Amino acid sequence: MAELFTLPVLLGIIYSGIRLATPYLYAAIGETFAQRSGVLNLGVDGIMLMGAYTGFYVAMKTGNLFLGLLGAATAGLLMGLLMSVVSVSLQAEQGISGIGLNLFGLGLSTLLFKVTLGGVESIRGFQPIRVPLLGQIPYLGEIFFNHNLLVYGAFLLVPLANYVLNNTTFGLKVRAVGQNPQAADTLGVNVTLIRYTTVCLGGILAGIAGASLSLALINLFQENMTSGMGFIAVALVYFGGWRPWGVLGGALLFSFVNALQLWVQVKGINIPSDIAVMMPYILTIIALTLSGRRARQPQALTKPFERGEN
Amino acid sequence: MSDLLPTGHKKIEEMRMEGIVKRFPGVLANDHVNFDVKAGEIHALLGENGAGKSTLVRQLYGLYRPDEGKIFINGEEVVFHSPKDSIAAGVGMIHQHFMLVPDLTVVENVALGLPSSRGVILDLDRVRKRIELLCQQYNLKVDPYAYIWQLSVGEQQRVEILKALYRGAALLVLDEPTAVLTPQEVDDLFITLRRMADEGHALIFISHKLHEVLAISQRVTVLRDGRVVGTRPTAGATKTELAQMMVGRPVILQYEKSPLKMGDILLKVENLVVRGDRGTDALKGVSLEVHSGEILGLAGVSGNGQRELAEALAGLRPVKSGRIILNGVDVTHASPSVRIATGQSYIPEERMKDGAIKDFSVADNFILEDHAKPPFSSRTFLNFRSIRQVSERLVQEFNVKTPTIDTPIKNLSGGNIQKMILARELSRKPKVLIASQPTRGVDIGASEYIHQRLLEQRQAGTATLLISEDLDEIRALSDRIAVIYEGEIVGIVDGKTATTEELGLMMAGIREKPKA
Ligand SMILES: Nc1ncnc2c1ncn2[C@@H]1O[C@H](COP(=O)(O)OP(=O)(O)OP(=O)(O)O)[C@@H](O)[C@H]1O
Ligand SMILES: [Mg+2]
Repeated sequence: MAELFTLPVLLGIIYSGIRLATPYLYAAIGETFAQRSGVLNLGVDGIMLMGAYTGFYVAMKTGNLFLGLLGAATAGLLMGLLMSVVSVSLQAEQGISGIGLNLFGLGLSTLLFKVTLGGVESIRGFQPIRVPLLGQIPYLGEIFFNHNLLVYGAFLLVPLANYVLNNTTFGLKVRAVGQNPQAADTLGVNVTLIRYTTVCLGGILAGIAGASLSLALINLFQENMTSGMGFIAVALVYFGGWRPWGVLGGALLFSFVNALQLWVQVKGINIPSDIAVMMPYILTIIALTLSGRRARQPQALTKPFERGEN
Repeated sequence: MSDLLPTGHKKIEEMRMEGIVKRFPGVLANDHVNFDVKAGEIHALLGENGAGKSTLVRQLYGLYRPDEGKIFINGEEVVFHSPKDSIAAGVGMIHQHFMLVPDLTVVENVALGLPSSRGVILDLDRVRKRIELLCQQYNLKVDPYAYIWQLSVGEQQRVEILKALYRGAALLVLDEPTAVLTPQEVDDLFITLRRMADEGHALIFISHKLHEVLAISQRVTVLRDGRVVGTRPTAGATKTELAQMMVGRPVILQYEKSPLKMGDILLKVENLVVRGDRGTDALKGVSLEVHSGEILGLAGVSGNGQRELAEALAGLRPVKSGRIILNGVDVTHASPSVRIATGQSYIPEERMKDGAIKDFSVADNFILEDHAKPPFSSRTFLNFRSIRQVSERLVQEFNVKTPTIDTPIKNLSGGNIQKMILARELSRKPKVLIASQPTRGVDIGASEYIHQRLLEQRQAGTATLLISEDLDEIRALSDRIAVIYEGEIVGIVDGKTATTEELGLMMAGIREKPKA
């Protein structure tokens, strides 16, 4: 046990914790927007897979990581659009359509992968960039300011999302539509448009979350490589009380425990590896049950909107 | 005279609706309705529940499109596709159910959907300044940074008025604005409305309370079954005449009460302490006894613990300390179903939330409580024939306006949903009845009917706790009147001798003088 508490190991845990939080942050911040407007998108995981595949394929064929990223975002957008049509316009049960979207994403990404790539290949993904000056600070520079672009992007997204939600006219509409769409409608707010926008934004961010796996974290594509990360992202939104800073807290907690668990395995400490792998999930469940009570969820979450109802 | 309002927006000199027809599945909600209002005028709209009042004004606000007919503003025809269009034309509306976002502040609710002076970034400070100016101009009082959920109903309504004024409403529609207000709040509202009319706004005022209509309006239009019965100048109109126009027959405004036959105590509340939503004690040791054959009225300004008491009695809110004895059984911590089985009926104040399931049909809502008992079911199977029979009968008896008993209740008018719940609760022949604001939002004909049913139940031996803010209702029905103030019973007086002044003082927390 003692070998876990040496300085290099602790620094290593923090470093990988930050790295591992990246996909969760993109996906969960995107989902926060959708849920704040009243749409529960359970299809995040499927969208991430499509993003991961498309990003990887485009980057592979063009040799350009940024084009890969763009491809991932586009795939996410299309998936988001599909979800909007089904759940907002056609008013299908949101939980069910989300699960459908998931299966669709899983199936399609697997199929495309088998048809276009076949075997597992790896790619040289986004490399760490050391931030000038800040990156030179002993220890801190190494942990916080020597990451790849997508990590920086994920962490900048948090204050940005917070600002958009709380300080812009769009953010105000999103919050209102998620709480009381009838009221927003009577003030001339286009409820459908707002929900399309947030679900599509959530799709784009989930696509990028997938690309952060295939182009930065793991640098390859594999069938079902997300293995449920999208669902954790949905859980993090609840955990974070539908607020970006709360989501950040949840994502960090989850990935630190995950990083710790990985080191436990690397160091060969005497804990059965299955238990170690379960740790972050068990923690999430505990944290969710503890936090569930005080958070106030958007009142119109999962409820389709119809004009003129009492 | 200037053609601008103090808000800087243009007046609407005249709004006219001509030949408006609106159909819903199975209902002709508006049948060739003509209606108009002019700048500086308050035009009242009267009619029974389901007469088509809300439907008419919703078309003026762009929420529904008329099937036939035209709308003119200042002589020019207008077509509204959504509220956005009507707001742009200077129409504002206070809805029958408030349209506010509880988790947002007053300023945010006002700013919602409006362009900001800073582009995409909110400029709430500027909005606040304009709100404060409007508050001054129209004699309104609201804290701009309060959250809506922190406000009283009266304050929330002021926010609704502010929202409309801020958007430059020259014509304001108020759909039953007084249904949930205390008498003091109604007075304040009327001061604001008169000022608006004086400044040149045009106002449409919907209410079931005839004395309000007589006090505030210049003209009255009465609707019945979607058709206009007539339009009259208010000066010279009487309550009896208007009531007859609405209902189509003479209406009793005074009741005959049989002598009191007080029996055993059926409901006993001892030292009840209950927490409110904010975490503080909403009831601070309330004790009450209701006897068989008696109506005990509970008067008080809303927000003094009435809702918490009703919910605790219904089993919907946990009791911190004290006891509730129902028909001799201690039910302090019992579930609602135990209380229902012990013979208690409950008419909740928030009928949409606590009393009915919006997407269920009328018939299904009727059997919510008793679906597992004969005649509605036997040996786990529902008996649809008797469910239909009973539902048809109740709809008839209580005059619930609905196309069929299979219509989902969300398509019924506000007052008819209430009648549906009343029909269910009263037809169960309860031993104890908790009735919370039973006639709020219900039309005169139905109020009369409900009051008579309550009196019939009383004669049959039911113990009734009648919670109401309407002092006339309390005085007309109650044998004894308890007054609640800040979670405590200020005093209990005899229903026959109590005066409005005496009750008013007690409602303000001033205790009964000790009897000499
Ligand atoms: N969205 C809807 N779908 C179907 N029927 C409707 C709808 N809205 C109203 N109706 C029907 O139209 C009729 C008129 O309803 P409306 O709400 O205009 O009555 P109202 O005069 O405002 O009554 P209240 O005093 O109870 O509010 C009612 O019979 C009602 O059932
Ligand atoms: Mg109405």
